[in-house]
Amino acid sequence: MGLFLTSLVLCVAGALAGAALPARVRVPISSSLGALGCLLAVVVAMRILITGNDASFHSAQLLPMTGLSFTIDPLAAWFILASSFVGAAACLYNVGYAKGAMSSRTALSLFMVFVLTLLMVPAASSVMSLMFCWELMALSSLLLILTDQVHHREARSAALWYGAMTQFGAACILLGLLVMTSGAAGQSFADLSASSSSLSPTGRSFAFALVLLGFASKAGAVPLHVWLPKAHPEAPSPVSALMSSSMVAMGVYGIIRVGDDLLHGGTIWWWIAVALFGVVSAFYGALHATTSTDLKRLLAYSTIDIVGLVLIGVGAAGALRDTGQPTAAHLAMSAALLLVLAHAAFKGALFLAAGAVERATGTRDLDLLGGLLHAMPVTGLVVALSAASIMAVPTLSGFSGEWLLLQGLLHGFDASSTPTVIVMLLGVIALALTGGLTAVAFVKAFGIGFLGQPRSAGARDAHEVAPSMKVAMAWLVVPSVVLGVVPGVVVPLLDHATSTALGSSLASPLERGTGLVVARLGGAIEPAAVLVGVVGVMALVWLFNQSLAQRRARRVEAWGCGRDQATARMQYTATSFAEPLQRVFADVLRPQSDVEVTHVAESRYYEQSLMYENRVVDVLEARGYRPIIAVALRVGRGARALQNGSIHRYLAFGFVALVLILVVVG
Amino acid sequence: MMATVTTLYHGIATLVQVVLVGLGGPLLVGLMAKVKARAEGRVGAPITQPLRDLRKLVTKERLHARHASVVLPLAPMVILATAVVAVAITPLVSTRPLLGSSADILVIVYLLLTGSAAAALAGLDAGTAFGGMGSSRAMTIGALAEPALLVAVIALSLQSGTSNLPRIMVSTLAHPQWVLGPSRLLALGALVIVVIAETGRIPVDNPSTHLELTMVHEAMILEYAGPELALVSLGEAMRLGLLFSLVANLFVPWGIATSATPTSLLLGAVFLALKAAVVAVGVALIEVRSAKLRLFRLPELLAGGFVMSVLAVVTGLVTR
Repeated sequence: MGLFLTSLVLCVAGALAGAALPARVRVPISSSLGALGCLLAVVVAMRILITGNDASFHSAQLLPMTGLSFTIDPLAAWFILASSFVGAAACLYNVGYAKGAMSSRTALSLFMVFVLTLLMVPAASSVMSLMFCWELMALSSLLLILTDQVHHREARSAALWYGAMTQFGAACILLGLLVMTSGAAGQSFADLSASSSSLSPTGRSFAFALVLLGFASKAGAVPLHVWLPKAHPEAPSPVSALMSSSMVAMGVYGIIRVGDDLLHGGTIWWWIAVALFGVVSAFYGALHATTSTDLKRLLAYSTIDIVGLVLIGVGAAGALRDTGQPTAAHLAMSAALLLVLAHAAFKGALFLAAGAVERATGTRDLDLLGGLLHAMPVTGLVVALSAASIMAVPTLSGFSGEWLLLQGLLHGFDASSTPTVIVMLLGVIALALTGGLTAVAFVKAFGIGFLGQPRSAGARDAHEVAPSMKVAMAWLVVPSVVLGVVPGVVVPLLDHATSTALGSSLASPLERGTGLVVARLGGAIEPAAVLVGVVGVMALVWLFNQSLAQRRARRVEAWGCGRDQATARMQYTATSFAEPLQRVFADVLRPQSDVEVTHVAESRYYEQSLMYENRVVDVLEARGYRPIIAVALRVGRGARALQNGSIHRYLAFGFVALVLILVVVG
Repeated sequence: MMATVTTLYHGIATLVQVVLVGLGGPLLVGLMAKVKARAEGRVGAPITQPLRDLRKLVTKERLHARHASVVLPLAPMVILATAVVAVAITPLVSTRPLLGSSADILVIVYLLLTGSAAAALAGLDAGTAFGGMGSSRAMTIGALAEPALLVAVIALSLQSGTSNLPRIMVSTLAHPQWVLGPSRLLALGALVIVVIAETGRIPVDNPSTHLELTMVHEAMILEYAGPELALVSLGEAMRLGLLFSLVANLFVPWGIATSATPTSLLLGAVFLALKAAVVAVGVALIEVRSAKLRLFRLPELLAGGFVMSVLAVVTGLVTR
């Protein structure tokens, strides 16, 4: 535990350094302190995951009234691992990235506070500690979104959406936890866990529903996701990376911690609700990711997609455990946890790379990018590998997670309860539907952004970014490769976390080894062998190529459709690439497109100019949230009539209120 | 000693599969062209024409588009390598190829998806209008076909209780009545649609067209020439061979080698060639008898396939 506290202290020191030191040195010093703290936290988390022993700490002084208490069990350690690994990369990246607004005192110290809270949230082990860390995390990230308002016009509106949703979520969580504390001896998680069986079933379900709403809104589950594709893109890139990879995971952590650990399961309907959140999120997120043209917005929607898959795993695990299928439950929960870690790494890498692209070209609109692989080979390779991982290319981490999830769902079909089986079916369908859509989204992101010809001056003049940013991005590719090629090495760690989450003492169905083997169910993958095969065949082909008479290729013009050469404007853009799918799913996406033709004054047969506009707005936002906001505003304006500034009226209000209270109390 | 011999046989089986599909894939393409030609009253090129084309392409000059990056030469290798590995681990000739224990359905499906993604990226690499058009269309079709493929094979794995392909084959051999069950037949319908879409045949795509409005796959690989075009063609032919053989084996597994003897391997190879040829003739006849669908009518066909695959899972669950 001492080591963990040291890592927290280092983050605090980073925050202080960011606030106090002179401009020239504060970026490297503050960021390196944060990175060091995160690296220490990685070590702590790994140690707890390997040994499976808890570590705890309590201080009455640090938080008034209740004190601050931390307990790191393997489940918490798993999420700390995810956030500290990305945190280290984000801090290192910030050394090269922080310029202008991001290098201000406020931004730097808030950034360190944000990193700090991401380490503390999973460790918190009492209601007040959790809420304190949670709110600090929400507020610091909220302010960080507002860092660069000059260049990001949308930042204010995004911050408003985020602020409203996160406060709504926090209120729900607090209320739910308070319901749970009502019968408990204290407010520590141990007390809550011990007394949860004394709560009435309705009370437990009510508490879980509230907590689920709160955590699901932080995880970005549809329909509580509207803030996510607005807020994540507008934040500075190291912050977006942490928000999308680690903060979103905190929502998942909360659901597992409260539902599985503190409330010990409950009814299967809870878990069916969680899984349904997942199914809808996976499909909706994947679909919007395919049509987004803003690189960071695309990544944000894809986060919703992966969170959906994670929630399917968590929901399936809960439902299966409660219907007596512990093996399948274990597999589903392991899949969810593995996906959390894999997602943290590849989505962190992708957001950092998106920041590098924005820094190099001045834009993140895919329609204005192209050909970046020539100028930015390292960033390009990072994007290619991370995108391949998210597309579930075998031998990369995304595939390991999805395979494990499919094993869980497949064996969940043996469950005797029909609702559970229906959830498994929906999960399989969601997994199948998102697979293809994700491939489209990320072939688009890499193919349009990094291949072809540059579509704007910014993309033409792009250059590779600072070394620290390159190292940070490369660091986040490591887990994608390790979890993909030899997923077996994390199985012992994963088993500790899964067993803690499900509260089971059963032997794990996963065998020890380099690949993933579920011997009891006859399923196995050995990605290392597949990789050797693929690389071997490619090497043979390369040797064959070398043996041919002509080894070097002659550069020629590409086919220009009858013109001299193909110009950059003739290429497909991100919008046109996704247009067929947008048309296929028009019923869900409701795209709006306008064509405006101006004719030459002399003749209607000649066109002077042509304007085409295509927009895809979030349907749930337009149809679900806007009306509610409109009503709230109307009520607010109506309430204004009560206030006319007259002191007599206010005194009368006070008098009436007093009388009412006396009547009610008396 | 016994174990070494068995492993040796598994290795030989794998090798036989790769060689058989590597040579047989192009031959199947030739066979289909021949069947179509005959049905249309033409003589048609000899069945070995695709193999001759490959030999010719290898000797040609290597040309790269000016704006292309390293992806252009790399993609053909990825397409071929993923196809070869998928062929190597799938139980086609024998139920126990080397690495058969990781011949998971998901591995095969996602290896093929990797190949498609590599081809789509290559289409975007030269920065031309046609390449982008082909990539966009191919990925759209892929995104709609993949769910049907995955759910259809899950319907099969539900029956056998595992997603491991060799085990599915073995349990199908043990329960021949499954083959004519409603779940299998629905899955077969879905798989046929998917295979037609994935191999780019009429009514989804026309492999022999170079007309802008209708091109999908050919547009995507328009910038390829010489040895690299040969790799792409071979890779695509192997994918076709794999998908045809897989469909044939999943629904008519008989003839596949279950023991490690030379005769059973030989029989397995002969049976596989016959079964794949029958599927190829069937698909060619479908091609002759149907017109290419408009791109935006395709979702209806593919959604049909998807619905069939979901129904296959549901009937499988109900009749269990």
